Amino acid sequence: MALGKEQIAKRIAKEVKDGYFVNLGIGIPTLVANYVRHDISVEFQSENGVLGMGPFPFEGEEDADIINAGKQTITTLPGASFFDSALSFGMIRAQKVDLTILGAMEVAENGDIANWKIPGKMVKGMGGAMDLVASAENIIVAMMHVNKAGESKLLKRCSLPLTGVGCVKKVVTELAVLEIVPEGFKLLERAPGVTVEDIIKATEGNLIIEGDIPEMVID
Amino acid sequence: MINKKVQNVGEALHDIKDGVTIMLGGFGLCGIPENSINELVKKGTTNLTCISNNAGVDDFGLGLLLQKKQIKKMISSYVGENAEFERQMLSGELEVELTPQGTLAEKCRAAQAGIPAFFTPAGYGTEVAEGKEAREFNGKMHIMEEAFKAEFSIVKAWKGDEAGNLIFKGTARNFNSCMAGAAKITIAEVEELVPAGELDPNQIHIPGIFVQRIFQGERYEKRIEQRTVRQRS
Repeated sequence: MALGKEQIAKRIAKEVKDGYFVNLGIGIPTLVANYVRHDISVEFQSENGVLGMGPFPFEGEEDADIINAGKQTITTLPGASFFDSALSFGMIRAQKVDLTILGAMEVAENGDIANWKIPGKMVKGMGGAMDLVASAENIIVAMMHVNKAGESKLLKRCSLPLTGVGCVKKVVTELAVLEIVPEGFKLLERAPGVTVEDIIKATEGNLIIEGDIPEMVID
Repeated sequence: MINKKVQNVGEALHDIKDGVTIMLGGFGLCGIPENSINELVKKGTTNLTCISNNAGVDDFGLGLLLQKKQIKKMISSYVGENAEFERQMLSGELEVELTPQGTLAEKCRAAQAGIPAFFTPAGYGTEVAEGKEAREFNGKMHIMEEAFKAEFSIVKAWKGDEAGNLIFKGTARNFNSCMAGAAKITIAEVEELVPAGELDPNQIHIPGIFVQRIFQGERYEKRIEQRTVRQRS
């Protein structure tokens, strides 16, 4: 069974370690915050200027002046701080943020990522993604393995305009967990019930399979 | 104390003419200078180049200026929430310069800080780097980006005093704080304008030297773009 979005988020949450400052992108990455273990200390950074993001507010307690990068109303936790956009990207460029989790339209076997533009069709802009991928040491991409037409989004080379070059370290999809190594996508885990053959079929880029590939453990 | 107070938005924006470049603070609809945007719509100032992280939504914020085709060019990082914007851009009616968000912020900060240019790794190897100088520092490639040059900067703060000192609230600080003082003339609109001496100097985010005109906005809608709540269990 391929994973749903919540399960992808659950799997990625296991990559979040004690003491991490984490930046979450829009979409599946935002859901990761819901599944981080409660016995570790983690602070979420949102590039619009907040560290120490908490859960969504209770109804009636929304504050238009306190939002995340997805423009959603949020709350803050004890120890939180607000700052301006320049300082926010300062902490990103200076690699104070330990882990960046974001979505993508395409990822290539060399770690290139494309997620901001489909020429002639869709141009939403890169937002903070280019800054994040250019500077973050640890980047995990949460994405679907194939597009709606059934074509692989894990490619030899990205076909869309790039967001960043050679920067992605790990990809978690509905089918698999893959690490980007110099030779391509190294298969680490498969989703429960998904076979290695399913993953081979869904991957255009070079797939490296060494030994038995374990099933993901998702509680 | 040098008094920066003007009576209203009309006086604050009186010399904004067609064809100028304006920086506008805000992230999404959070912390946007609502009163000034409404005044620009009313004035009908046209051919504007606007530097703003986003372009509002169809019927609020900069979306209002787009609807009336008052904007010639937008310099932004993310414009996904505005269908009219996307239509004008794809049809070529609107000139758009998409800039990585951190670069956008730093181009404001550089202008505010008197730095003509800087190097950043953001956008290296992408179309953003086209035509820009690239250099290696510490084994990593960077591209050169230049400070913004704008005639006006319009920012929104929570509280301000007659000396032009500003205090922001929550994530409404965003680009407002970086844009204050980054243009020839900075106009600040605030929710609450108090006499000099009432704000604690220790709490000031932006000193008044960066602000030429300040006024209290008549009304703030403070629209929420994505109202998200959790259930009380």
